[in-house]
Amino acid sequence: MDLSPGNIALLTFQHLYLSIIGTLVGGVVGFLLAVWLRPHPRWIALAIGLAEVVQTIPGIALLAFLLLAFGLGDTTLVIGLGLYAILPVLYNTYEGLENVDPVYLGIGKGMGMTKGQIFRQIEIPLAFPLILAGLRNALVISIGVTTIGVFIHADGLGTLIYTGLRQVYVQAMLAGAIPAALLAVLVEVVLTLLERRISKNVS
Amino acid sequence: MSWLTDFWNSYGSLILQALGPHLFMVGVALLLGIVVAVPLGILLTRFPRQASPVIGVVSVFQTIPSLVFFALLLPWLGIGLTPALTVLSLYSLLPILRNTYIGVRSVDPSLIDAARGQGMTEWEILTMVELPLTAPVIVTGIRLSAVYLVSWATLASLIGAGGLGDLIFSGIDSYDSSLLLAGAIPTALLALIIGYLFGLLRRVVTPRGLKAELITRVPQAEVMTRWT
Repeated sequence: MDLSPGNIALLTFQHLYLSIIGTLVGGVVGFLLAVWLRPHPRWIALAIGLAEVVQTIPGIALLAFLLLAFGLGDTTLVIGLGLYAILPVLYNTYEGLENVDPVYLGIGKGMGMTKGQIFRQIEIPLAFPLILAGLRNALVISIGVTTIGVFIHADGLGTLIYTGLRQVYVQAMLAGAIPAALLAVLVEVVLTLLERRISKNVS
Repeated sequence: MSWLTDFWNSYGSLILQALGPHLFMVGVALLLGIVVAVPLGILLTRFPRQASPVIGVVSVFQTIPSLVFFALLLPWLGIGLTPALTVLSLYSLLPILRNTYIGVRSVDPSLIDAARGQGMTEWEILTMVELPLTAPVIVTGIRLSAVYLVSWATLASLIGAGGLGDLIFSGIDSYDSSLLLAGAIPTALLALIIGYLFGLLRRVVTPRGLKAELITRVPQAEVMTRWT
């Protein structure tokens, strides 16, 4: 087992990369669903309900199902990450758009803005802090799920943790666990600070 | 439906055998989590200055992936059922503590003033005003913990604690898709059923006056942090 700093850095990068790709895939789906289904309360409730069911399925079980459908490897993991990322982004985008003060929409209309302009220049910027919070949640979840991606032979820091657990090799275990923990904590803290700055600009 | 009976005939006893330790781990860890975290969360609301760093630390801890948590504590705790229960209980504290604290703190201060004005003691205010109003949020925290625990308990099999994870991991190792499903399907169903039951419980404990407001709209970004 290669425990050199270079290899750990590579695995950390892979870990972050896979998590981000998965989050973006799910985030785009969640965002589009929220925007498309927003005019129909029943459909949006159904979509959120379905996404909640997916979210409730334990990571290892979901990966096991996907493994049977898509085989071993990174692609399967990214599909799983995407599925988990839908709910936080879908929910927060919907909440963010619904919570925009109607006064602003009225002002936009009064200024002669088209629906598209109101959406792009008023609604999205005002909802943005909440959307970003959803993405942060999704990314933290993804980093966690990526650690168990090792069971479907995906890359990332889980490989070190799993080998360590299997061979009772504490150094390997910690070499995977410590960077993974730091990665999750760092993403959470940095994105939370970023959100605070953005919301200050918005309000 | 014959494949279902075939499946059950070959894997039923295996599933039931693994379900026992799994439910045991989830139940014990959840109980310990509730017993410690609910009073602690209430206590924190009485010391607001100490509370925000504690809640901050708790939130940061919650972002640590469960497999990582197991790996970090294994060198100190060793392997087997007891270390698994320790890790699971520690982990189940976090959502319950956070939700109890956030819930109790968000009770409208004017309601507490009104209660005080009626001559209620601190204890009466807690048990007759704050807790009933907070119950749905606390139950949401317990629900999160319970659903997470089903998931984390699968990973406990990696440190030799048994449970449904055993079936999933042997299934993956031996490329035996039926064995894999024999572990994964009950795990997923268990999480869904437990989530559903606590969802019902939340409805039961919601005070009648609050039912009109959409309780499901308790800020989810606030209560939903991570999932592995």
